[in-house]
Amino acid sequence: MDDSLLFQMLHMEMAHALCAEQEKGLGALEGVGFRVGQGLSERLTKETPSFKDELDVLKFLCKDLWITVFKKQVDNLRTNHQGTYMLQDNNFLLLSQLSNGKQYLEEAPKFLAFTCGLVKGALSNLGFDSTVTAEVPVMPSRFPPMPYRI
Amino acid sequence: LLKILALASSSELFTLTYGALVTQLCKDYENDEDVNKQLDKMGYNIGVRLIEDFLARSNVGRCHDFRETADVIAKVAFKMYLGITPSITNWSPAGDEFSLILENNPLVDFVELPDNHSSLIYSNLLCGVLRGALEMVQMAVDVKFVQDTLKGDGVTEIRMKFVKRIEDNLPAGEE
Repeated sequence: MDDSLLFQMLHMEMAHALCAEQEKGLGALEGVGFRVGQGLSERLTKETPSFKDELDVLKFLCKDLWITVFKKQVDNLRTNHQGTYMLQDNNFLLLSQLSNGKQYLEEAPKFLAFTCGLVKGALSNLGFDSTVTAEVPVMPSRFPPMPYRI
Repeated sequence: LLKILALASSSELFTLTYGALVTQLCKDYENDEDVNKQLDKMGYNIGVRLIEDFLARSNVGRCHDFRETADVIAKVAFKMYLGITPSITNWSPAGDEFSLILENNPLVDFVELPDNHSSLIYSNLLCGVLRGALEMVQMAVDVKFVQDTLKGDGVTEIRMKFVKRIEDNLPAGEE
């Protein structure tokens, strides 16, 4: 059974539908991601012992959560040791269907909002408030969201 | 072990995402009918693209009649994408209409409909997917839910009716 493709297609439709209807589409999309992030982190942590520290939580995010949603681990995790982390995914699933090149760069936020919400939702469920932003320096598919812990 | 855990819950990802989407749509639209319409439209768009992947991977050939189509939908397509095999029943005498019975519908795990959304067809996306996918193989069909466990029925039943063969090879434009 392959629901990853189904998920990808649903995500793409969601991005189009929610952003076409309204100005606040990105926020709505992020909200959807947030709820999914909360639900997923709850389910994924059911069997795991509680986390020791922040780094543990981040590891969970980069491994378990990322594999569940995007079928791979985060490629690179960096921190400034002041609560800012940068996750980098060099082959981001939800952008892999888009063509290379600058042409679609401005469309990218539509396809990242869900994930920003997802990360935020997961972190909030584990007790961290965060702001998450994403940027795509080069197509295809760099994905560095930066959660700031507050 | 971690990997297995992650895999198991990856099937929940779709269910959760779908649930969050429906919740959002219910907020955005004033009435349930509009939500149903939107879900059907999104499903249609998914169906027209999903069929390619399906044909490429499933290796099924051309179906000779509607009965064969029904078999492929239930035993191959549903199995491949949702991991369930609905049973096929209630053929109309003319053989142009049948029902798919879903013992359990993975989309509605963890779902309960609140009272004020009694006309919401929660899984309407599925109808759109089936309609869109079949249209791409030149078959116009009517698809609708007639029973839904969310509404207190014992099973979920999807009724499919063959409308016509689409003769011209031009696919209808995406909505």
